[in-house]
Amino acid sequence: MAQFERVLTRGIGELDLTDIETYKRLGGFASLGKALCQMTPAAVVGEVSASNLRGRGGAGFPTGKKWSFLPNDGRPRYLVCNCDEAEPGTFKDHMLLEFSPFQIIEGLLISAYAIGAAKIFMYIRGEFLEGYRIFKRAVEQAALQGCLGRRILGTDFSMDITLHRGAGAYICGEETAMLESLEGKRGEPRLKPPFPANAGLYDMPTVVNNVETVCCVPHIIERGAKWFASIGPEKCPGPKIISVSGHVRKPGNYEVPMGIPARELIEEYGGGLFPGRQLKAIQPGGGSSAAIFEEDLDTGIDFDSLAAKKTMLGSGGFVVMDDTTCMVRASQTLVRFFEHESCGQCTPCREGGQWVARMVTRLEAGEGSQNDLRVLNTINDTITGTNLCPLGDSIMPFLSSVLRRFPEEFAAHVRLAGCPLRATAVEAAS
Amino acid sequence: MTPERERRAAELAAKYPQTQSALIPFLQFCQQQDGFVTEQAILDAAEMAGITPSEVESIATFYSLLFKEPAGKHVIQICRTLSCMLRGADELQQHARRRLGVANGETSSDGKFTYEEVECLAACDRAPCLQHNLEFHYDVTPADFDRLLETWRAQDPVTSLPAE
Repeated sequence: MAQFERVLTRGIGELDLTDIETYKRLGGFASLGKALCQMTPAAVVGEVSASNLRGRGGAGFPTGKKWSFLPNDGRPRYLVCNCDEAEPGTFKDHMLLEFSPFQIIEGLLISAYAIGAAKIFMYIRGEFLEGYRIFKRAVEQAALQGCLGRRILGTDFSMDITLHRGAGAYICGEETAMLESLEGKRGEPRLKPPFPANAGLYDMPTVVNNVETVCCVPHIIERGAKWFASIGPEKCPGPKIISVSGHVRKPGNYEVPMGIPARELIEEYGGGLFPGRQLKAIQPGGGSSAAIFEEDLDTGIDFDSLAAKKTMLGSGGFVVMDDTTCMVRASQTLVRFFEHESCGQCTPCREGGQWVARMVTRLEAGEGSQNDLRVLNTINDTITGTNLCPLGDSIMPFLSSVLRRFPEEFAAHVRLAGCPLRATAVEAAS
Repeated sequence: MTPERERRAAELAAKYPQTQSALIPFLQFCQQQDGFVTEQAILDAAEMAGITPSEVESIATFYSLLFKEPAGKHVIQICRTLSCMLRGADELQQHARRRLGVANGETSSDGKFTYEEVECLAACDRAPCLQHNLEFHYDVTPADFDRLLETWRAQDPVTSLPAE
């Protein structure tokens, strides 16, 4: 395996980076000093734009471009950090929060300086109570050391971070739902436009950035846009943390160059499949993404290569399923997820999600019908692309992709009134 | 509102440009005290945010970590989404339900344990995982669950859903 220098995950697993001294010994807060003392805000935006950094929360929108959309009209601007990680199969922000909180703080401060933010809000998923506590202590340490608060590092720049805990709702990871939630409302996505850049938190110009995106910023400032842009594909470069889980011997978060082939991720990083097992399917970009298969193993894991395969990198949740996996059961866990997490605003998502979850649950229990299969094969067009936000469009991609690939497995659930894999396993055991 | 709640409401509201932003943190604080979001908490939150109790209720019911009914001193939440399912969550859930004598979403007959099967907890590399009063436990086997259950039985936590 080619040696790749870890930057986002540097020291994680080896050092206690929740201690500010340790973080500083690794060069922490030097980028903040460089940005504040040697660069104008416009120069920071320029550097991040030139790096081609694309948002790591799922949509892959160019971060520099997002920053440059803010209108110059004298209204206060807000920076919101999205730490509401809940996409099935994704656990990188959870790790960064608990194991590298100062990197997040430094990235947030540089970003806030770049966009001229009046305030930073850190929205932390409600389930991450331990992470919230770690981050809160980090904020306190940073303030004591003059890295946060008034006159940061002795400069004229002052900035605070307001911590906000979520209360259990996947949809609040969608940026406009997050803003609603921060305003103390139901986390229901807003109709766009207006975009948050113009009318975000409290109707003010707002940037929402993902945790990992924010963590890339200090490194771009330290090493330069050219360094970042030289890693991986030209149009979506940089280091990327991929969360590998499921049927591999070494699941975990792996920092890799963007564009690494799926095969390398499984075999070199994930430790390969379990002995005697065959690959059946991979979900490359979290629960919302369509599956890829054995013939796609040389596909690069990046925004554009996966889009070309009609799936997506999303948030980088890479779930491996071997030949012991029932695709009906796998699909059921996901459609049920989206059914549960739908905010209920859009009918295709709310009703469609419920019906799809019911049908797949029936099939899985051996109570499905031919008609269920027919509906599942055609319902995609009426659910996908007909909703306010991407949640409704996430119900069908995985299910449709495995239904196309393994039609006989779904049909067998109707014919045998149960799971053919389970039947085989019982036969083999007896 | 009790003086303690009034104090907390003011502290929380001071963190934000607009008071209603403190609504959910305030409900979390009330829940920490009462074990769930009581009717009184809804009235108090409405007073704090300057909105109607029915609006507060509509907001509170949106969020899965705001409990609308009394919960046990121990809230056990096991992940049921794909990655945990692939690594043995079904077996763990069946075991937990049997040991606690409950179905998904129920509280044990002694009122101590509330059990839920929840969506992805973002710890998929250490699956199956669970949370006990929002504290993570990773790579949990049925035998681990029994050991954990014994420890929990011996504890009397101040709250099952800490606000901070």
